[in-house]
Amino acid sequence: MTVPVTLTGEYEGNMAESPATTAHGHPAGGSHGQPADGTKRDLLELIAGAGAAIFVGGIGWALVASMNPAADVLAVSAVEIDLAPIAVGSGITVMWQGKPIFIRHRTDKEITEARDVKLDELRDPQTDQSRVKPGRDQWIVLIGICTHLGCIPLGNKPTDMRGDWDGWFCPCHGSQYDTSGRIRKGPAPLDLALPPYAFESDTKIKIG
Amino acid sequence: MRTPRFLFAPMRTFFALMVAAALAITGLLAPPASAQDVPTPPNENWSFDGIFGTPDLAAAQRGFQVYSEVCSTCHAIHQMHFRDLTGLGFNDAQVKAIASTFTVPQGLDDSGQPKEGPGMPANQFRSPFPNEKAARAAMNGAYPPDLSLIINAREGGANYVYGILTGYADAPTGFTMQDAMNYNRYFPGHQIAMPQPLQDGKVTYTDGTPNTVDQMARDVATFLYWTSNPETTERKQMGIRVILFLVLLTGVTYAVKRKIWSDVH
Amino acid sequence: MAGLHKSDIPNPVLNWIDSRLPIITMMQKEYGVFPTPRNFNYFWNFGALAMVTLIILILTGIFLAMSYQPNTTLAFDSVQHIMRDVNYGWLIRYVHQNGASMFFIVTYIHIFRGMYYGSYKAPRELLWILGVVILLLMMATAFMGYVLPWGQMSYWGATVITNLFSAFPGVGKYIVTLLWGGFSVDQPTLNRFYSLHYLLPFVLVGVVFLHVAALHIVGSNNPLGIEPRGPQDTLPFHPYYTAKDSVGVCVFLIVWAAFVFFAPNMLGDPNNFVEANPLQTPADIVPEWYFLPYYAVLRSVPNKLLGVLMMFGSLLVLLVLPWLDTSRVRSARFRPTYRWLILVWVLSFVVLGICGAHKPEGIWVILSRIAALYYFAHFLVIMPILGKLERPLPLPESITQAVTGRPLESH
Repeated sequence: MTVPVTLTGEYEGNMAESPATTAHGHPAGGSHGQPADGTKRDLLELIAGAGAAIFVGGIGWALVASMNPAADVLAVSAVEIDLAPIAVGSGITVMWQGKPIFIRHRTDKEITEARDVKLDELRDPQTDQSRVKPGRDQWIVLIGICTHLGCIPLGNKPTDMRGDWDGWFCPCHGSQYDTSGRIRKGPAPLDLALPPYAFESDTKIKIG
Repeated sequence: MRTPRFLFAPMRTFFALMVAAALAITGLLAPPASAQDVPTPPNENWSFDGIFGTPDLAAAQRGFQVYSEVCSTCHAIHQMHFRDLTGLGFNDAQVKAIASTFTVPQGLDDSGQPKEGPGMPANQFRSPFPNEKAARAAMNGAYPPDLSLIINAREGGANYVYGILTGYADAPTGFTMQDAMNYNRYFPGHQIAMPQPLQDGKVTYTDGTPNTVDQMARDVATFLYWTSNPETTERKQMGIRVILFLVLLTGVTYAVKRKIWSDVH
Repeated sequence: MAGLHKSDIPNPVLNWIDSRLPIITMMQKEYGVFPTPRNFNYFWNFGALAMVTLIILILTGIFLAMSYQPNTTLAFDSVQHIMRDVNYGWLIRYVHQNGASMFFIVTYIHIFRGMYYGSYKAPRELLWILGVVILLLMMATAFMGYVLPWGQMSYWGATVITNLFSAFPGVGKYIVTLLWGGFSVDQPTLNRFYSLHYLLPFVLVGVVFLHVAALHIVGSNNPLGIEPRGPQDTLPFHPYYTAKDSVGVCVFLIVWAAFVFFAPNMLGDPNNFVEANPLQTPADIVPEWYFLPYYAVLRSVPNKLLGVLMMFGSLLVLLVLPWLDTSRVRSARFRPTYRWLILVWVLSFVVLGICGAHKPEGIWVILSRIAALYYFAHFLVIMPILGKLERPLPLPESITQAVTGRPLESH
């Protein structure tokens, strides 16, 4: 009733002392008393124990690895989005890896607002330029999850409350983001994160 | 341990019995011949046979071409996605290109209507019919089975599929055929609803392989073996390593056991 | 009696734990120094092998359950999702699927060993009965597990086996409706089988614990069937039998791995690669190989109710085996006639298994009837009578004397 790992003798010291063993008609605990033989046996036990540990570890590895995202989950991790239908000033929310992605087609006013701010006023200082793709200033693409506790901020629909900085407003604890998705007020510590994406053409991006 | 000799007789008998039983069972568990005539499929050699055998990917790629150009008109492989084609030896760019030549359902459009578009690697292969009823309605009552698992789902596996594809012939004289049925040497009961799907020259291979019925049947059977068992190569390679490891471990463990028991014997 | 356990563990941390919960002392007593007869042969490996199998089955099952969907429209495809998309999913599933067969192989050999060496005889009757309960639980678990992939054999196997209960007059059809949760095998059936397939292995672990606890009260039997007379007849379980069991485990894992990696579907049925279709029964309905002998018993009787009773009887008769065997000695080694008749019984079991795989026609009907007749006669007629008539061979004085050939040393 023993798995092979118990072979390496943690209890052997106790074994040799136990009365049940010494009562036998032969040396206690097998060939413990014979040093030359004992060393060879210890080595063999070590190899066997290590082998068993590797085998059990291998099984454990496969089992735990099975909990990682499966091939189908990884496969949909890239989505292509057509930007053509998004009018200036409005935004859409799409799903990527189970998360909402905000894509907003910014107005010139919103871009200017985002660029006029001084970096040292920001809690998590990042330039607007670093948050958009070069030459695509009108498109801001964000992971729409508040960096406080994971709620989805309002502001992607024109009718939504957008907060004091015309960006996004999180209804859970009142965090406010600007038109570049940077945190300006409230408990959230960081700017809205950016998903990995690239422009495939002027009107098409691929997220993931 | 010196064991009196007489003690061994029943043990040896038992093992002999078990070996005999195992042989008998493997022989006799083969599915019983039923009342209907179940022909034995031909016995071909396959790249994936045996302990080291893995599917011949060039053949499987040709088989995929046969499937796409011929079989897919009626038969689905709904367990498969375009992304799975990397297992056939295509690279990501090729898979993407192949996928985009297929039109597949892509959820709903902005007005809530079902949308179709060029396939992406994550998409499933498109089924030729929306459901079984539609298939039967279109196919004169017959239902072309999904082929994703067909090799595992038929006794005889690839041999069966190869047999069906090459087994069309004229019905022997005196054999009564039902309407709209076709005679096939290897189909149980010999009457199959599917008309002969392959004729010499049906597809054009780009690698210069002769496009005979025999070759195409072989290739598509290899492809379908792969769709049934896409893990074969990984499984057999891992198996060889695991078993070698376990054999070594058994040796060491046995040596430990011998040492430990040396004073008892 | 309150107070700390006096632990002799030198390590202070372990000692602290052991004083409050003497689990280390217990392990040492039960698996360390536990006095075990010195003359076990390799048949005594199979209990440990069954334990290892149960652990691996539970572990792989837990991870399969993370990706499986117990829904009639999704179940079949979710199994293929495991096979194709989940990391190492094919490996985990093939280990689990073939593990069921491995569990039955080692358990059947374990049971045979008990029967051959009389391990069920006093004072080990309860130990044996708990073993039979384990077998029954295993069968229920295996049957329900086979339904989960929702292939054609899953579906029709479930239909046929649950319909067995319809044989009982009056209440039969109500029992079947209760089992199904409807009027055919369908979503409620699949869902509850999933629930029970997850639950029963843990019940199994509980009964295995009782089985082992009972074993450690009465001690192990041995190939000679005589009790150890003193310490010279026993060895501490560790390292002697931990080492010997480890050898058996390694060899067993090779066999299991050979199935998983090179013939994963050899013991399965092609029909189960076709999704369940309630409108079409496959041409040949056969249960998994480990149920074939009982299935043959069922079909060897032309009457439905009688067939069902015989089938259940073929298992339940094992419960009273300790009282059917009237022999004074345990081990078949010392029973010149029984030694061969038990092998005939094994043969009848194997023949029943082969008959179970064939359509009940012609020679197979006759063979299965002869085999079934012997199966029952062996227990109900031969064992009670033979025990009284047979003259056993003289038993050795002690285990040590039999093993070394030396007369008992004086102490």
